[in-house]
Amino acid sequence: MSKFVIAVYVDNKFGVLTRVTSMFTRRGFNIDALTVGETERPEYSRITISLSGDGYAKEQLINQLRKQFNVKKVEVLEKDESIVRELMLIKIKNSSEFRSDIMAASQVYRANIIDYTNEAMCIQVTGDPSKIDAFIRVMEPFGIIEMCRTGVVALERGSGSIMENE
Amino acid sequence: MKITGAQIIIETLIEQGVTDVFGYPGGQVLFIYDELYKASDRINHILAAHEQGAAHAADGYSRATGKVGVVISTSGPGATNLVTGIATAMLDSVPLIAITGNVPCSLIGKDSFQEIDITGITLPITKHNYFVNDINELADTIREAFSIAKSGRPGPVLIDIPKDVQTAVCEFVKKDSPAPYFPQRIAPESDIDEAVKLINEAKRPYIYIGGGAAGEGMTNEIMRMAEKIDAYIGCTFMGLSAMCNSYDRFLGMQGMHGRYASSMANKEADLIIGVGIRFSDRATGNVEKYAQGAKIIQLDPDFSEINKNVKVNVGVIGDIVDSFGRILEKCNEAKHPEWNEVVGALVAQENRMNGEAVKAEGDALTPRKLLEIVNKVKDKNTIIATDVGQHQMWTAQFTDFERTRRFVSSGGLGTMGFGLGAAIGASISEGDRTVLITGDGSFGMNLNELATAVSYNVPVTVVIVNNGVLGMVRQWQTLFYGKRYSSTVLGRKTDFVKLAEAFGAIGYRATTPEEFEEYFTKAMNTDGPVVIDAIIDKDEFVLPMLPPGGSIDDIIVSKA
Repeated sequence: MSKFVIAVYVDNKFGVLTRVTSMFTRRGFNIDALTVGETERPEYSRITISLSGDGYAKEQLINQLRKQFNVKKVEVLEKDESIVRELMLIKIKNSSEFRSDIMAASQVYRANIIDYTNEAMCIQVTGDPSKIDAFIRVMEPFGIIEMCRTGVVALERGSGSIMENE
Repeated sequence: MKITGAQIIIETLIEQGVTDVFGYPGGQVLFIYDELYKASDRINHILAAHEQGAAHAADGYSRATGKVGVVISTSGPGATNLVTGIATAMLDSVPLIAITGNVPCSLIGKDSFQEIDITGITLPITKHNYFVNDINELADTIREAFSIAKSGRPGPVLIDIPKDVQTAVCEFVKKDSPAPYFPQRIAPESDIDEAVKLINEAKRPYIYIGGGAAGEGMTNEIMRMAEKIDAYIGCTFMGLSAMCNSYDRFLGMQGMHGRYASSMANKEADLIIGVGIRFSDRATGNVEKYAQGAKIIQLDPDFSEINKNVKVNVGVIGDIVDSFGRILEKCNEAKHPEWNEVVGALVAQENRMNGEAVKAEGDALTPRKLLEIVNKVKDKNTIIATDVGQHQMWTAQFTDFERTRRFVSSGGLGTMGFGLGAAIGASISEGDRTVLITGDGSFGMNLNELATAVSYNVPVTVVIVNNGVLGMVRQWQTLFYGKRYSSTVLGRKTDFVKLAEAFGAIGYRATTPEEFEEYFTKAMNTDGPVVIDAIIDKDEFVLPMLPPGGSIDDIIVSKA
């Protein structure tokens, strides 16, 4: 089992996301996260999927994605050759006892405090998913009220674009 | 020229070469049916008794001809009744276009009368589907749908069209030839070379043909290959009728209820050349133990089939007629006398087993005798259709097929109730006679289509292999569930002869081989549908059998 990230260009049309996600259910793939958004070309959307699985699961997933008529391009983003980012908003209990610890940790993780009341702080943190996992572990003892992760977005390093890759 | 959506539907169907459509009218397809009425000299509509029957008929039509089958139904229940038919076509890769009406766009999403999200429902059972809410996209959507249905690995496509799109008007430009939206992929030379290398190294080659090969009419090429490399040929259930049964290198169906020699040769082979197959669990048994000593080449237009069920050594992805032809030209001629001896011994063993089984059967009307009579009376062009269960496997084992596209049966989905609709569709396509071999269980599921067969005077001979039980499930209960016959003893009082007569067809009952031969011969010379209720013993078995999840080593060859 290993973690991998797949980028998919699909037609920017009504119902396409359902087609892609329903295939995951039907074929029994368990995905960790999925994000979707606009691209440099308005006729396409880009879906970024992160999941864990063996080589067999990876091959099957790619084949099943490529088979769909609204899917234009599928590419595995290899860890060493891509930039992977995720954003999280996390709301932590504010107390005089832990305030300075929370702020110190946020500084180390280059997180920003974007909302502050006497009862709670909302912190925004960006990075690869393992950094975010680590930040959550640090925050746990202080009392997490609520959190929300975007799922990953990823691009290949360098000047290429996956739509142009052969 | 500006025309309505309903007219565009008819015109694009005609443009795609459609001459027959199956269906059932209803509130949201009234405009389409109005146009069908006006165009009745150009396009023939066959009214089924139920939308499911119409879908199976369109499917059977396609299987018998290779053309795209078309079915039309209304929204809501009309559309949901198509679901089993579409799924059946999907699992057997049959090109089918389903056109459904829907409520007007303004009523979509409001749980309106007979509104259903049929594109949502059919998402996993179609190759692709469309909800057309813009009249300007209608013509090209239908064209694209046909292209998708036919291209690569064929499959069903559904087009859902709201009523107001059927009445809206837009500019329509006729196109002479259907544009190829999706050109066939051609396999790269490197894949061909790798396949050729394995073939040249092989000592015990086995060509394994499936539904993909049956569809492409590759019979001659496959025979040439078998001669050239001294190989034997086996097939999957879906590959039946791709090869003439009398051909001496053809060992027949392999797998759970396959023929002994074919399954054993598949095991003994050192190279399996799969052509248009997908290594279904019913064909392989336990995949861990499947073909352990063999290298595998798989030819398929669908890349997602390569390495899906069984890991192969070489996957040749592309149009299989092209790939197969190129491999055939490039590979070396070979002789494998040892392999001939091995297979010869297997065939001799199979013949001995068959001889013993025939002796044990005595004078009773048995499935084997029944199908031997069918073989004797039918001709080369007779289409054989089945439902699902024991009778289906007996038909697969005992029927002599003489040309391609003469076997119409639900392999992948295993749809009981498929047969009668499919037989009607198959018969209507070219006017050829169809023999439907069915069971009393399966026939009971969709016998309403007898009304259709009578209305259109379709030359279909229905043989109900009647054992009074759900035989295949009973066989499993006998073997694996301690003979606890839970809900498989039907004990019905249905009189199939009177039932046939009530529908306006002819009915006979046969209890001996002599009676069956007499009635079957009569039926085959009757213009129109005939039902023969053929009574057999409730404990006939389908043998040989590989137990589910087992391998060839666990083969059950006799009832004892």
